[in-house]
Parts: sequence; structure tokens; C-alpha cells
Amino acid sequence: MKFTVNGTEHEVSVEDDMPLLWVLRDELNITGPKYGCGIAQCGACTVMLDGQAVRSCQVTADELEGTEVTTIEGLGTPDALHAVQAAWVEHQVAQCGYCQSGQIMQAAALLDMNDDPSDEDIDQVMSGNLCRCGTYPRIRAAVKTAAKTLQEA
Amino acid sequence: MPSLGKIARRTFLIGSAAIAGGVAFGVYAAQRPFANPNLDDLPKGSASFNPWVIIDSDKITLIATHADKGQGIFSAQAAMIAEELDVDLDQVEISFGVPDKAYYNRAAIDVMAGFPMYDNSPTAETVRGFLGGIVKLALPLMATGGSSAVPDSYDKLRQAGATARETLKLAASQQSGVPVEQLKTERGAVILPDGSEIAYTALAGAAAGITPMADIPLRDPKQWRILGKPMERADMVEKSTGTLTYGIDFRTEGMLHATIKVNPRQGGAMVGFDASEAEGMPGVKKIVEITGGVAVIADNTWRAIQAAEAIEFDWGEAPYPAEQDAHWELLSNTFTDAHLNAEARVEGDVEAAEGEEVVGEYRSPYIAHAPLEPLNATILVGENRVDIWTGHQIQQYVEQFVAEITGVDQENVHLHNMFIGGSFGHRLEFDFVKQAAEIANQMRGTPIQMTYSREEDFAHDFPRHITMGRGVAKVKDGKVTALDIQIAGQSVMRSQMGRMGMSLPGPDAQLHEGAWDAPNFNLPNLRVRSYRTEALAPVSSWRAVGAGPNVFIYETLLDEAIHKAGADPLAERIRLMGHEPSVKVLEAVGEMCSWTGPNIGEGRGRGVAYGFSFGVPVATIVEVTATDAGIKLDKAWVAADVGKVIDPVNLENLAQGGTIFGLGHAINCEITYADGMAEQTNYHDHEGMRLYQCPEIAFRPLEIGTKIRGFGEPPIPPSAPALGNAIFAATGQRIREMPFYKHIDFV
Repeated sequence: MKFTVNGTEHEVSVEDDMPLLWVLRDELNITGPKYGCGIAQCGACTVMLDGQAVRSCQVTADELEGTEVTTIEGLGTPDALHAVQAAWVEHQVAQCGYCQSGQIMQAAALLDMNDDPSDEDIDQVMSGNLCRCGTYPRIRAAVKTAAKTLQEA
Repeated sequence: MPSLGKIARRTFLIGSAAIAGGVAFGVYAAQRPFANPNLDDLPKGSASFNPWVIIDSDKITLIATHADKGQGIFSAQAAMIAEELDVDLDQVEISFGVPDKAYYNRAAIDVMAGFPMYDNSPTAETVRGFLGGIVKLALPLMATGGSSAVPDSYDKLRQAGATARETLKLAASQQSGVPVEQLKTERGAVILPDGSEIAYTALAGAAAGITPMADIPLRDPKQWRILGKPMERADMVEKSTGTLTYGIDFRTEGMLHATIKVNPRQGGAMVGFDASEAEGMPGVKKIVEITGGVAVIADNTWRAIQAAEAIEFDWGEAPYPAEQDAHWELLSNTFTDAHLNAEARVEGDVEAAEGEEVVGEYRSPYIAHAPLEPLNATILVGENRVDIWTGHQIQQYVEQFVAEITGVDQENVHLHNMFIGGSFGHRLEFDFVKQAAEIANQMRGTPIQMTYSREEDFAHDFPRHITMGRGVAKVKDGKVTALDIQIAGQSVMRSQMGRMGMSLPGPDAQLHEGAWDAPNFNLPNLRVRSYRTEALAPVSSWRAVGAGPNVFIYETLLDEAIHKAGADPLAERIRLMGHEPSVKVLEAVGEMCSWTGPNIGEGRGRGVAYGFSFGVPVATIVEVTATDAGIKLDKAWVAADVGKVIDPVNLENLAQGGTIFGLGHAINCEITYADGMAEQTNYHDHEGMRLYQCPEIAFRPLEIGTKIRGFGEPPIPPSAPALGNAIFAATGQRIREMPFYKHIDFV
């Protein structure tokens, strides 16, 4: 099937039931999305599929034809940070950092839909992304900072 | 008679055991530095002044050897060197370096020296120095653990920066003819009196010919430019852009992926297996046997996991009780003289003390480490050379075990240490490395990346030990007058070190850590006894190790006693405390929340707890509301004395994260065994804390103690009892068993 990742078209030939996560990581060598649980419990594999945040471990290859996927690598780069990434750096959110690709993609998707999320909105949308190190207070603060940046942009 | 080296490598010498053994060694040998490993392959024109600084004509490289599993030590080590070297972190490359005894950990032994960490008496210091000497001579182990990386690094890395700086100045002086006293250094350059600069990189060639300077006085912290101030961690941009390469992200030409299945009854045998279906599955290259199980090698991790799931196994019995109830029963029968680990603390006479009794029994379950990055290792076994790409906390042992498995000389086995996506103690274990080595050894010439499925990670974790506590407190005239605490558990250290081929003579201090060393010097009667068994599931160090369960037992019993006495939980803790830094952290946390007592009305309650671990006194207050839907965590306040703050921002992150880690597991997590297997298989039934449950957390660091301390673990122990005590304040319900969700609902 053919689909686009971060603006580049790819053609892959894999089993229909191979999860997008593994197409990205082991077929296309795009390693920003992380494997954490494989059952949509941790959110470390979160990417955007046609603009929607999805757990890439739950999207299978047969659903990919003609879609546009954005991974953390396509959101921004070290030289050109997305507002959410800049807020993550400003608040020094990461500890081990392994969940943060997914956290950031989930936060970016939230702010795409809602540019002024309440505390409850943040709690609700971000609670599907597990952080074992416990960076939640900083995630809350960074989402608010990013929201402010995006509102002013 | 075996040499000291042999004894110490195979037997862990602790405290009085070492002294009683009459081991002696030359002072000179213990003080002599190890050779600088960077000099082995150093190109001409490059200079390496000590094991931590390399400068060539292009760049400055700082070596930061402690494993970084999220605590930020990669960046902190570089900052310590940079402070004295007069470079900024944007000017340097930072490397994990190569495993070498020159990087041995000087501080890890302190926690095992048999003296409370607050004891700075000459005797305690002598024993620590003595043990440090033994460690250096016999077991110079590069290791990250026990919250020791900051204390290990603090002096030696600043010294490394200072000696490199002064040597570069000497080179500049020789080159320019300007006396050293007239030279200054700034941002990676020597500054001449006329304002002109010579970059360090331009001095590398000349400096390489100079014997490095020694014994340079360190700067007063008041002069610091970097340390003690908010920093941007060196890994933060990469971790925020998905560009950091964790071990699991490592890729190399021709690499294949693998996964394993070993007996989920830990340590049980594999009686047989049928892989006929798996062999024909897409992408499968080979299926091989490894110790206790089978590995599937494929061209894609998911394909390997799918095929592994299709293998039918006949697993042998577990070498421990198959059902969880039997674990608790066995533990409850361990409070006997035959199982005595240590009578660790005796003050006064708890039995003769008068007063009303408070009696309690407490339980702390098995818990999984479950770091978010599943365990993985990539290994290439070549012609007389092995390369390993993984993140590990005990680097040289990785090389040693892989050398033993592959038969390649250890000097030709090279670990490339990687950033780690969480450990909490799991990356102190070696099974995943040994398994990857067994696979790669059967696939010589092909790099193999072995990754655990999350389910394998849970099934094959060595969890935190289960612990049972029994306590009797006495109260009289509104005061707590006695605490008599018995703790039964497994010896974590015996279990863990046994897997490393080492034995542990004598008691395991982790079984009473956090209780025996509680500095309640104003409590007239205190007894702490610990009991041990090894007949349960294999266990491992879990963040804060023994202090986690033990502080929960101690501080819950103490809270019950204070309530019985009718005293204030904070004021009575302060009264009992005879250790000034501990008094200060309790006072600080009270001030932070404007403490007025445990009951603050409208279904709200506050609980306080104190924990002393890894040399750090920590006080935590948790505030909860009892709602119709269950307990809601509102706020937490944490104060700790770390001696010296390196980076206040990262320290706050560790305080918040550690508190969340402690609270989340106390509420939600346990591993239980059925049919010899862990019943919990993934995060849906062992998830820790999620964001919606997380309270606001305020932190205040104090700098009272004379020694700098690490803070990766100390926030954990007081968090669980502070929450339990808050729930009691809000509801009147006393919870004596973790996880708390079994006894009360949470929002």
C-alpha cells in the first residue's frame, strides 16, 4: 500500500494486520513513535493519521492506503521546534523521555481541536498517555504554555 | 588463601564483616589513580587530561559515564566538568564513554557501610573510607544505582574540569610566554592579558605533551556559573523531538530483530516446545533455544513477537509457591528467631515501656518495574569481537557476561551504553543481555536486536520484594513513648546478587533500611528487627529498595500511635526527631502548606510522613478529599535536604516524579502469582499513576547537610504513608496494605 509519512510517500508490502507502529519503526526506520505496550494502554506510539491522534499500535496496514501520517519527526525538528515541543523544552518536561513523543503528539492534536483547553480537558485528553517517570505536573504546564503560544501566533 | 580481589568479587563485604576479616591493604595502592582509558586509542594531536576530558583540534568531549535512565545525570555530569573547565554545554560533545575501572563508583558503597547515612562520626567515616579502598582495589565497579551518581561525581568531575583547565593554561603560557598567573579562561578559551584568546582546541596538541596538573583547589560554590542554577538538560531537545536514539531505536546494516519466550514461572525449566507453526510464519529467519526458553529471529519485531506467540510450550513448575496466598502465609511464618536477619536498632526497652498499646500489621506487595522502554539489547558477535548496544547500570558486568557466553575475550567485548527509557531498577538485571548474547552467538556475523514484548517484560520481571510488618507502639500522656517494629521480607540483595554469581554473607540491611535508621533520637524506646526468607519469587532492587516498604510500615504505625496519643502528626514527629536536618525538612513542609492539623474540614484530610533514605531526609504532606466517587488527591508538598542543589529544575522534576511514582504504585499496583506466574500482564492491570489522578506537587530543597546527595530514590518512601495518613484524616479509615485501591475507591 501507498501512504504518506511526514510529507514523503512510501510504498510498503506487508501483512494486512501489521500495526502502523511496526511499519514505521521496522519497515521505514522512523523510530520517534515508541513501542510501550502494544494494546493502546500507554500512548507512546501516538501519531497523527489524517490529522487525528491515534495509537499506531492499533492501526493496521490495511487501513493505510492513501492516508497521511505525521510522526513526532514531522511535527518539528530540533532547529524548528513546534510550539508544543518548544513548551516541552521550556518546562524541561522529560525525564527518561520515552513517552514524550506520544505525549507531544497527543498534546498537539488536543490543541489543534481546542486552543484553550481547561484543566479538565487536559486531564481527560492526556490521561491515555502513561508516563512512568511522573512528569505530569510539567506536562500540564507545558500544554498551557503551548496553548498560549499558539493563540498568540 | 584466596586473594582479596577474589573474595571481594564473589562476596560482598559489608560493614563490620570486612573489618572483622582483618583485610588490609596499602594506602598507596588505594590512592593511586587508575590509568586513563582514553589514552589507549587517542589520536595524535588530541589531549586527554584525565578519564573525563578529551580535547582535539575540532572539539571538546566530556565523558559522562553514569547510566542515564531519565534522572538527568548525563547532563549533570557534564555540567560538573564544565563548571571548572570554563566551557558551556553548547560547546561540547558529551559521551557515555567506554566501560573501564577508572570510572568506578566511589559513593555506592556508603549506603552499605553499616552506619546510618547521617552518622558522620570518625568511626563511620573510617569504615566508609576503608570500604571505599576495598571497592577500588578489588571491585572497581562502574555502576549507577543507590542514588549515588551525584555524590560519586561531584568532587571528581569538578576536579577533572579543574585539572584540564589548569593544564591548558600551562600550555597557553608556554606557547605565548605569558605567565600562568596572568591567564584567564572563559567559554572554551584561554584569555591573554591583551584580551586575545587561544581556543582550547588550538591548545590540544601542545597540552597533550604536558603531564596533567593535579590537586587544583575547587572553586567556591558562590562563584559557580552553571551549577546550582536552572539548566537546560542536554538531552531535552532530542527527547522532545523524537530524535534521541534509545537502545530500542538503534539500527545497523543487516540487523535482524528477535524476541524471546522463557518460562513465566521464573526459574522453572522448559520441558518442551513445538515451533512448527511459528517456523513457517512471515519474516521468521530462525528459531533457537536459549536458557530456559526459545528465541524467534525475524526481519521485524512484530513478526518475531507474532511467531513467538504461536509456539506451544510445556513449562516446568515454579521453584516457589505457585499461589499468592502461600507467599503471604510463608512470610507470616517468618517472624521467628530462626529467620532473624538482624536486631538492627535497640533503644531503651520497648517491652518494659509503659503506655497504651497500638498494634498493627502491614503489607507491601510485589510490584513490577515496568519501565516504558521494554528491555532490549542489540549484539553483534563477530570474529574475535563483540559489540553490544544497550543501556545498562552495571556496564563492566555486561561485558563480562557476554564474554562468558560468546567465548570472546572480555577486552574485545565492547558495550556502547545507550540512553535508557526508564529503569527503576530493572536495568540492573542481566537476563535480557545474556539472552540477546545467546541469540547473537547462534547468529554470528548478524547484528541481532532482541526486544521483550511488554507481556514478556511483565512475566519476566524480578519485582519489588513483598514485605510484611508487625508493629506495637505505646503512648502515654499524649506522647509516643515506644515503637517496636518487626519486618519480614525477602532478601533482595541475595536474590539479585545471586543472579550475578555473588553471595552475601550476613544480614541484608535493605530489610530494615528506612526503619532502623529513622533518626527519632527523642523516642526513648525503639526496636527494629528484620526477618528474612529466600523461599519466594525472585526479586530485585525496585526504586528505593527496602526503604519503600519499611517507611510505609514505620510511618503508618507512628501515625496510628500519634492519633491514639491525641497529638498533632507534624508536631509530634518534630518532637521525636533529634536530627537537625530532619527537623528542618518537617518544619519546611509544614510551612509550605500552612499546616493547621490533619483535619481541614469538608471531607478533606492531610497526612504527613517522613522518610530517610540514601542519606536524604524527606518530608511529604498529602492532601486529599473524600468525594462520593472516592478519594481525590488534591495536593502534595515535599521538602528534602540534599546537601547541595546541582540543578533546581531537574531536582524539582525528580521530586514530583518520585512522589508520583510512590503514590501511583501505592494506590494501583501489585504483582500477584497464580499457577506460578505473574497475573498482571500489561499496563491495563498495573498502570501506576495517570495524569488525571496526579495532585499538584510543590517542592522545597534544603542545603543543610555537609554531604551532597542523590535524589532519584529518596522522594519515594514517604509518599505512600503520607497518602495513607491523609486518607485516615479524611475518612477515619486506616489502610495498612498496599495497593490502597483494594480497600478504598479513588477518583
